[in-house]
Amino acid sequence: MRAILPFPRLSLMVFLLWAVITNAASLGQLVLGALLAIVIPLLSRDFWPAPPPLVRPWRALRFMGVFALDIVTANWRVARQIIGPLHRLSPAFVEVPLDLRDPFIATLLGSVVSLTPGTVSIHVDQQRWVLLVHALDVPDPQALIDEIKERYEQALKEIFAC
Amino acid sequence: MSTATEFIISALIVLGALFVLLGSVGLARLPDFFMRLHGPTKATTLGVGATLLASAIFFSVQDSEGISLHELAPLFFLFITAPVTAYLLAKAALHRRSSGRNSGQPAPKSKQLPGQH
Repeated sequence: MRAILPFPRLSLMVFLLWAVITNAASLGQLVLGALLAIVIPLLSRDFWPAPPPLVRPWRALRFMGVFALDIVTANWRVARQIIGPLHRLSPAFVEVPLDLRDPFIATLLGSVVSLTPGTVSIHVDQQRWVLLVHALDVPDPQALIDEIKERYEQALKEIFAC
Repeated sequence: MSTATEFIISALIVLGALFVLLGSVGLARLPDFFMRLHGPTKATTLGVGATLLASAIFFSVQDSEGISLHELAPLFFLFITAPVTAYLLAKAALHRRSSGRNSGQPAPKSKQLPGQH
């Protein structure tokens, strides 16, 4: 089983994605999707880092919901900041010290931070385990650090057990 | 298609277009490179999200073939690639600045530079 499906989660992802793209119209497309789900992970297996196990899938679903809501609220906030007077903004680089020690999850956290409007992650320092974030408006850097750590890092740590 | 659905779809398209526009306004107005990075992330998330949701509703209601899930694919790809683009742009900007080739650019407004605590 391991030899055919080295990354079961990736295979499932590829299969579902193929089904979604083709709207799962016919049996032929599903068979082709299954074939791709086997071939693509096999061809790309040497490129993948070993991700930690996903231990709490329901927590992951809830996290996605929280994340989607955060995107909507942060979008409104940043929209107002962009139209409003720019001199009131206080942009800054903020260093977020990380508790997690997994390169894959650190990258995932960086992506989550980048997708939330108002913050962009710039660098993951894997020597000091610090995430460098640029934020559009930070009146209080410590509040931003706490928010990222509590809302996202803590959740990711629970979901992936790392 | 009922009038209510049409209103919902129209509202979503207008909302999506509005956020893409706001992303561009941010790109034009914001004073320094790192602040300008924030514009496109807005456009890709809610802007594209709302537009794709409108498309999904439209095609789900219009055809009798059931719900349309095509739209999840571009959303998925954008969410994976957008942070990588921002990351590469930011890295390139940091290297340019540290090698002193940033003359002619507006002075960075952001306060704390990396490595200075």
